Amino acid sequence: MIKAEWFYWLVGGIFLVMAAQMLTDRSNPKRLGTAAFWGLLGLGFVYSTWVVDKSAPPEPLGVAVLVMVCLAGFGFTGRGEARTTTPEQRAESARRLGGKLFVPALAIPAVALVCAVGVKKLSLGGEPVLQKGSETILGLGIGSLVALAVGMVMLRERRITVPVHAGRSMLETMGWAMLLPQLLATLGTIFSVAGVGDQVRRITTAVLPDGSVLIAVVVYCAGMFLFTVIMGNGFAAFPVMTAAVGWPVLVEQAHGNASAVLAIGMLAGFCGTLVTPMAANYNVVPAALLELKDQYGPIKAQLPTAVALLGCNIVIMAAFAF
Amino acid sequence: MLVLLGVLVVVIGFATRRNPLLVVGVAGIATGLLGGLSPQKVLAAFGTGFASSRAVTIFVITLPVIGLLERYGLQEQARRLITRFAGLTTGRFLALYLLLRQITAALGLLSVFGHAQTVRPLAAPMAEGAAERRHGPLPDKAREKVRSFAASADNVGLFFGEDVFLAVGSILLITGFVNTTYHTHLEPLQLALWAIPTALCALTIHGWRLLRLDRALAAGDTGAGAREALDRKAAK
Repeated sequence: MIKAEWFYWLVGGIFLVMAAQMLTDRSNPKRLGTAAFWGLLGLGFVYSTWVVDKSAPPEPLGVAVLVMVCLAGFGFTGRGEARTTTPEQRAESARRLGGKLFVPALAIPAVALVCAVGVKKLSLGGEPVLQKGSETILGLGIGSLVALAVGMVMLRERRITVPVHAGRSMLETMGWAMLLPQLLATLGTIFSVAGVGDQVRRITTAVLPDGSVLIAVVVYCAGMFLFTVIMGNGFAAFPVMTAAVGWPVLVEQAHGNASAVLAIGMLAGFCGTLVTPMAANYNVVPAALLELKDQYGPIKAQLPTAVALLGCNIVIMAAFAF
Repeated sequence: MLVLLGVLVVVIGFATRRNPLLVVGVAGIATGLLGGLSPQKVLAAFGTGFASSRAVTIFVITLPVIGLLERYGLQEQARRLITRFAGLTTGRFLALYLLLRQITAALGLLSVFGHAQTVRPLAAPMAEGAAERRHGPLPDKAREKVRSFAASADNVGLFFGEDVFLAVGSILLITGFVNTTYHTHLEPLQLALWAIPTALCALTIHGWRLLRLDRALAAGDTGAGAREALDRKAAK
């Protein structure tokens, strides 16, 4: 069986190799801090395997995460000059290679699709070939490896360092924002363990007037939206707002359809994800990847849609859930 | 009440534009300690949180091959390809991308598209290529706008497609949380069905805005342009 953990090790290994490249990259004025940040991330990826199956203590990993936070937070990371081709070389190469260039690029989604739909059902000796529940992640991983092999053969590129250097400079472009989603997931856990949800419930039940379903709907949806903007993640906002308003007021008092209330509430949170820099992997990382000057470019493009959809969610919930 | 200070830390950090990693780190430590966790428990929470959320970072595996192909002109070729299709404007192309992203996400194929693997190397250059074919070389502002909308098409499609699929994280989170906390039984299928109306609204609203992007590009109205026009009017 191909396990998801193997791919986490591979990703960890890629981070470590890239960290080694960063360490020797003299064009990066902050090469030591940069290498330390990505190196720790790589080690953390591998060590996590044993944290997840509870055979290793999570505290050392916690320390490593906080060290990474300090390295990036206090400006010890930077980026080197990208080793790449000139625009003229690329244009010439595109003319020469033509549509062939798309083959490896499209191999990634194609293989991911095949894994998620077809290979998912295959089993060898009674065991599924791909670890259950991780088929799309594994598909992405396998697809990337296949694409890399096809690309290297097709382009007659013999040095494996070339794609690794190219990937590294994309990683350096994204920078610390890469770690933020994982850190936010952690913050969500801490919030719920520390009882933030209970506190919000006390406040909202004290403030909310009795009997008005519509106001409660607006408070639940807008609360999901705002909390998601703050936390960067609808998953973190959901337990807080559902414990505060969604379940006690909308489902128990107002006898709303639980499935409708909760599903639409979560979607109201997703509207918040569209407009927050805290959702780094959706908003800040793409801005860096697309080399935008304005790191809020995607958020600005999404803001009107997010507000309109929040309104739709409120209307849909008020009209159909009760 | 004190644990809410953690939320306040996030809001203040956000408002004063501190480094978000630092803000989240400090908020986590503060909330944990105020909520009565020992320092050791707080460290453990950071460790387990990191370990169990690695899936969001796994797209890094696509970077070497995308980087390699870009060295050989993948973006340039994507731009060249799109210019052959006369009817495909920037807006129509991005609306099509939104639809595809939403359908595949609704089928549970979340990793089939994405910012690193499709938006940067393919979708954004194609959207730009379509704009250049119509309007000639793009000014920087227009280029930024086209790229931002390419990113937005991927996000909107993903967010409002994935909840229509049963086994997706958010649906499982809802059923997991509610079924254990309130001792009830919610079916993932019911939740997925209730995600359909919002999914249709998202497709309509964002699709319409993407189609309107063509008009904005034609008018040279790219935010700054409009502001300059207003300034000129104000000057008169």
